[in-house]
Amino acid sequence: MKAFAHLLDRLSYSPSRNAKLRLMRDYFRSTPDPDRGWALAVLTDGLPFSFPLRRTLMDLMARRMDEELFRLSRDYVGDTAETIALVWDAPGPGQAGAGGSAPASAIGDDAAGAPWPPTGEETDPLRLSEVVSELALVGRNDLAPRLEAWLDQLDATGRWALLKLLTGALRVGVSARLAKAAVAELASFGIDDIEEIWHGLAPPYLALFAWLEGRGPKPDVGKALVFRPLLLSHPLEAADWAALDLSLFSAEWKWDGIRVQLAAGDGKVNLFSRSGEDISSAFPDLVGAWHFDAVLDGELLVVRDGQVAPFNDLQQRLNRKRVNKRQLEQFPAHVRLYDALALSGEDLRQLPLIARRARLEAWFARTRPAHCDLSELIGVSEKAELQRLWSQTRATGIEGIMLKRRDSAYVAGRPKGLWWKWKRAPLTLDCVLMYAQRGSGKRSSYYSDYTFGAWRTIATGAVELVPVGKAYFGFTDKELLEIDRWVRTHTVESFGPVRAVEPELVFEVAFDAVQKSTRHKSGVAMRFPRIHRIRWDKPGAEADRLETLMAMVEEP
Amino acid sequence: MKKNGTPIAGLAVDSAGLYCAPGGFHVDPTRPVARAVITHGHADHARPGHGAVLATPDTIAIVKTRLGENAAGSFQALPYGEPLDLGGATVRLVPAGHILGSAQVVIDHRGARAVISGDYKLDPDPTAAPFELVRCHLFITEATFGLPVFRHEPDAQEIGKLLASVGANRDRTHLVGAYGLGKTQRLIALLRAAGYDRPIWLHGANQALCELYQSRGIDLGALAHVRDAGNKLPGEIVFSPPSALSDRWSRRLTEPVTAFASGWMRVRARARQKGVELPLVISDHCDWPGLIATVAATGAEEIWVTHGREEALVHQIGLMGKRGRALALIGYEENEGE
Repeated sequence: MKAFAHLLDRLSYSPSRNAKLRLMRDYFRSTPDPDRGWALAVLTDGLPFSFPLRRTLMDLMARRMDEELFRLSRDYVGDTAETIALVWDAPGPGQAGAGGSAPASAIGDDAAGAPWPPTGEETDPLRLSEVVSELALVGRNDLAPRLEAWLDQLDATGRWALLKLLTGALRVGVSARLAKAAVAELASFGIDDIEEIWHGLAPPYLALFAWLEGRGPKPDVGKALVFRPLLLSHPLEAADWAALDLSLFSAEWKWDGIRVQLAAGDGKVNLFSRSGEDISSAFPDLVGAWHFDAVLDGELLVVRDGQVAPFNDLQQRLNRKRVNKRQLEQFPAHVRLYDALALSGEDLRQLPLIARRARLEAWFARTRPAHCDLSELIGVSEKAELQRLWSQTRATGIEGIMLKRRDSAYVAGRPKGLWWKWKRAPLTLDCVLMYAQRGSGKRSSYYSDYTFGAWRTIATGAVELVPVGKAYFGFTDKELLEIDRWVRTHTVESFGPVRAVEPELVFEVAFDAVQKSTRHKSGVAMRFPRIHRIRWDKPGAEADRLETLMAMVEEP
Repeated sequence: MKKNGTPIAGLAVDSAGLYCAPGGFHVDPTRPVARAVITHGHADHARPGHGAVLATPDTIAIVKTRLGENAAGSFQALPYGEPLDLGGATVRLVPAGHILGSAQVVIDHRGARAVISGDYKLDPDPTAAPFELVRCHLFITEATFGLPVFRHEPDAQEIGKLLASVGANRDRTHLVGAYGLGKTQRLIALLRAAGYDRPIWLHGANQALCELYQSRGIDLGALAHVRDAGNKLPGEIVFSPPSALSDRWSRRLTEPVTAFASGWMRVRARARQKGVELPLVISDHCDWPGLIATVAATGAEEIWVTHGREEALVHQIGLMGKRGRALALIGYEENEGE
């Protein structure tokens, strides 16, 4: 698995998205089946088995190395898998012995002269596919000797890669979606073509690669509950609004939740996030209550007694592997439906929006699915009146207005002019720059990450700045140069990559909302803050007070 | 300790560091003293202000280049292998393999021998005389990479990685961060040995020491200065001190591939924390297997550890059935370019 280990290694050090895509694409092109299919599995959903790895590793290390030395090593490195990969004393050829002129490094087969990057899996004495097939057969208690033999055979990078694929926590900066995008590039397809069939495929994805290389048909996923790519909206700019003919459009509220797709049928239900991730396991209250045959598009929200709760409440339900009864009661989940892609087995995507809406309403009236309701249409025909509604509504849960062309079919992607999102104007606050931190990657030589604060009066009557947020975009490259220069000439103190500056530079910060937070010193947290304008003209002392920000907090 | 309880070679530690009482000198003292034996030219070992300095000719040349002609009251050159009698102790300098001119200090006194390693490595290096093993009763060693996780890679392999990356990324500059004294010159010499014959570009801070190496007979090939560059150097190799890697200075290069040559690059988190895209695990210090092998080969029953990751090495010495002691000398700073 040398080529696979090399891929993971280079992925972990390459910051650029394009570089990662290229690395993966080259690997998939030059690696045979089934090794590349297993690599794809590791990079996306993970391998379909799990082991008591930590205990097995600790037992192995206890036999191979002095306990104290291992403890000191692990404390230094901070990662058990990496520590083991580094300290493993493989009985390889040319092991360093005593003697003053022995070369210091003697592990593995990466001798001088070995080609770099390494050659493919076919000639590899230990192929990735072999490792996977043995793992499928080995019992939980027989893992140790197998693992030991492999660790002896591999070099440091190989050991690290093996342990990473066993733990499942790769941490090489590659999301499942990025890996699928790389695969799609093999045939110049888009990632949606892959997403659409993904949940109907199984590793090592032989049919997928055959189709991408023109050797086979598009895999038929039949009745599997697959994710269908979403129709995404464009932000509405002033010029677009001015040119818009409202009679061609249907208007709805934009709800402040998470976009989801429900795929239900044959007694099964899948709930997908907008990126195609299956989040069903976090919502048993919804999935268990649905018994229908449909593919629907809607907004996931927390709703209590018909009232939409603030986004903060929904966040308590997200990113969980399991939920308990108390969470289900405290944060009841709900879906507000706005489109139907299929009903009772019939694909509706070719129909215009008004037809799909009519079918959805009729179906809803008949079926009355639990924990759902329909997104209300805004029956306003005058642009001026709609604009007034947009600027006045600040109700909890409403992010703005959606404008959808009545004659639009449900197509994948973000085609311009079909669905518009008209987000309400952001809130703004004039804040003082407190700390500036070096950026990462291309921005590592610039102070581009800014922590800013608002004023408050303390017990003694003096005023102090308290941090209210952090942002690293919203300004132009030219502005970045100017801010960077200002930071360097107004530094009060340095802490590594962070500089504390004189409280004199004011930023007009824009943010979507602000909510209470016990995790922040100020007691509040901004949502999606960005630097809107730099107020070179405003002195630091005239920036806004914390009380002003607290008054903007959304209450349910 | 010798049988009657006196320390071997009369060695002890005072507020300036290691002191040899019979010879009346310190070794690599961290503050100005009357008489100092200096093992090599790195700033944490070779400091200004001593009354008299004893070192190899190359080390003296380096110290004068870095700190000026009057860095000490007087300089006395002692070539490798030549014995010098100082108050009943015989002192010899032998190669340590760390950088040009680096030495171990061998002290013989009343039938007992101590060897102070200074900074050292076992790997061959085209720019430095190779480490010479000297058997002794007391071995005083550094422990920069004193943890089992530290194993360096073969030089040729890492240089091969660098050249392969240069070949695959002709539209970008390869910026190699490396310690300015020793590591930079070694890497340049290794690149030349691998057949790379294009001019190698230098940050201003690297200039003086590269010129010194060349004047002492080490061929580094054609060197150029980044400030004289007519363009943003795509496809070229540039050397700079580690601090310039993410600094404004690097903006004058084309989308640089950041490489860093150091034993610390063995640990992934360190490389990523510094934004290093191409870690090169090359060091001028011994790795863990090298430290253990050397400790065993000296035959010393007593080993002192001056600085670095002392805890693990002292523990290991105990496992080997010898007496280990951590001196915890402060002032030998952990340098990111190690």
